[in-house]
Amino acid sequence: MKSLLEGRAGRFLVGLAPYAWLAVFFLVPFLIVLKISLSEPQMGIPPYMPLVDWAEGAFKGTLAGYRTLLGDDLYLFAYLGSLRLAAMATLGCLALGYPAAYAIARAPRHRRHALLMLVALPFWTSFLIRVYAWIGILKTEGLLNMALMGLGIISEPLQILETDIAVTIGMVYSYLPFMILPLYATLEKMDLSLLEAAADLGCRPFRAFLSVTLPLSMPGIIAGCMLVFIPAVGEFVIPDLLGGPDTLVIGKVLWAEFFDNRDWPTASAVAVAMLVLLVVPIMAFQHFEAKRAEREG
Amino acid sequence: MQAAVKREAIAPWNDPRAVPLIRFEGVSKRFGDFTAVEHVDLAIHKGEFFSLLGASGCGKTTLLRMLAGFETPTAGRILIDGQDVTAVPPYERPVNMMFQSYALFPHMSVADNIAFGLKQDGLPKDMIKGKVAAALDLVQMGRFAGRKPHQLSGGQRQRVALARCLAKEPKVLLLDEPLAALDKKLREATQLELVNIQDRVGITFVMVTHDQGEAMTMSSRIGVMNAGRIEQVGSPVDIYEYPGTRFVADFIGAANMFEGTAKGGAGAVACPELDHDLSVQGAPPVEAGAAVTVMVRPEKVRIGRDRPEPGLNWAEGVVSDIAYLGDVSIFHVRLASGRKVQALRTNLHHGDDSLLTWDEPVFLGWHPADSLVLTR
Repeated sequence: MKSLLEGRAGRFLVGLAPYAWLAVFFLVPFLIVLKISLSEPQMGIPPYMPLVDWAEGAFKGTLAGYRTLLGDDLYLFAYLGSLRLAAMATLGCLALGYPAAYAIARAPRHRRHALLMLVALPFWTSFLIRVYAWIGILKTEGLLNMALMGLGIISEPLQILETDIAVTIGMVYSYLPFMILPLYATLEKMDLSLLEAAADLGCRPFRAFLSVTLPLSMPGIIAGCMLVFIPAVGEFVIPDLLGGPDTLVIGKVLWAEFFDNRDWPTASAVAVAMLVLLVVPIMAFQHFEAKRAEREG
Repeated sequence: MQAAVKREAIAPWNDPRAVPLIRFEGVSKRFGDFTAVEHVDLAIHKGEFFSLLGASGCGKTTLLRMLAGFETPTAGRILIDGQDVTAVPPYERPVNMMFQSYALFPHMSVADNIAFGLKQDGLPKDMIKGKVAAALDLVQMGRFAGRKPHQLSGGQRQRVALARCLAKEPKVLLLDEPLAALDKKLREATQLELVNIQDRVGITFVMVTHDQGEAMTMSSRIGVMNAGRIEQVGSPVDIYEYPGTRFVADFIGAANMFEGTAKGGAGAVACPELDHDLSVQGAPPVEAGAAVTVMVRPEKVRIGRDRPEPGLNWAEGVVSDIAYLGDVSIFHVRLASGRKVQALRTNLHHGDDSLLTWDEPVFLGWHPADSLVLTR
């Protein structure tokens, strides 16, 4: 064991482990989905034809699934709907998460740990249950409407559930920790003497925030936005539970193609297209990170 | 006498009519139950290079930070140019601080760092440009205007930090251990350069340092701090030659101290550990019977095989250690009482080491005018 894990070979093996994990559980499933997306649909099990007919030795692939995507506006609108909801959720997370991360990073050192624990605490219950609980809060005779009517702020209950607002609220709630944690990491690292220097040079606190704190926390903002935006685009559970029949998102379309229409090739094409769509912002992020690392030597 | 008159002219602190630029009046600062600064009264004059000198934790940095506005005094008040600034926030004070870490904005170029403070003042663009260029010229960093701080060496960053403060033309420039991060050679060169820059810009400098050599080299006056209090304020010569307390005598340079009892009259001190009296010329009268300390600096102690001439103070002992430092040698001489006394000799000639060696019995002698009586 000693000889295996020590020296360069050992380091290589340890470094290999995450790549092996990604290859088995990400790359291989993706290739399977890619393969299905190029197959002909059929009624049966599995619900698609083999890609290569070994008996005839012929390639039976088709781009029909992708053509369906381009031919029907539904898919385009679903993508746009997903992007729009994800963008709203990201902005919401940023608006709530930045002040929270800032407050935690500037709290007395002995209290920060407890505050971070509170941020992570929701993960201790099931995601599904937490989203489900929002139905109870947001529905017509739910907690929120009752409270608002009780306070005399509204007289008629608001229709929040089954709207994009409910979906956004659910996403902001669910993804907030992913925004707070990277923001906290960058804000906590910041040298506070920079703010003193800014004040010393005649800069008022709010301007110092805009011209020093905000630019220096940009890496955290970008990381947090990526961590929220990317999973939010593909989100299925939250739009399904909190959204209405008009809530058109790619996750729901995927579900419908796979399980209602049993059109696996089209469903797979939707999945592949979504991945390609998301790879672009990820690459942009990587590029930014690499440039920043280079810049800061 | 001529020299004395000349010194008077550049020493406004000796002029009772001079109005100081900075005043601390009974300033204290407590953090919880820890007292960082305790009842400090201090006046600093325009054009001075004033140093706060002390060991870490003595309160010197807290005092500086109160002057900058980053800490509020628990008691007392601070005046700058006649204005009570005790409650004035840092961004409205006519002072600028050079931070120990330099605190350069990492996301801004050198020029933008320097322009930052000027932009806060709302100066027109071309004026800012001119001032940035002038500040960069002053510290000879014009070529580096476009660089980011991480592309500079420690010494270059220090210059940029200085330029950033000076560009604002503050009434007072505060320096928090400005040279601590530099290596020894660069530090020594920078000491003199800082003094020259101060001469040229005429801004009052207040520096915090734990390095007494730095304070002695650069300052017009030094405030020696101990446990939150100012022990003594004086010119480097005053502080070194005429320390007011045992702490200052011990903290600044090396000091030989003999405990004794004042005999009353003109500086005669009974010294039981030497079995004879010591005399101190020019000492202020001390009540007979008071416990006093006679202090003499190592370089004022002559060491030799022969008994010193009458009229000098003397002691007798054995060489226990010799520290050869190149330019000088320090002899540690153990007296019969067990006390070790240091004597410093300049190595004037090549191969002078034939003189004294380890375990050799020697005499020490010093002139009564070269020692001091300390009562505190």
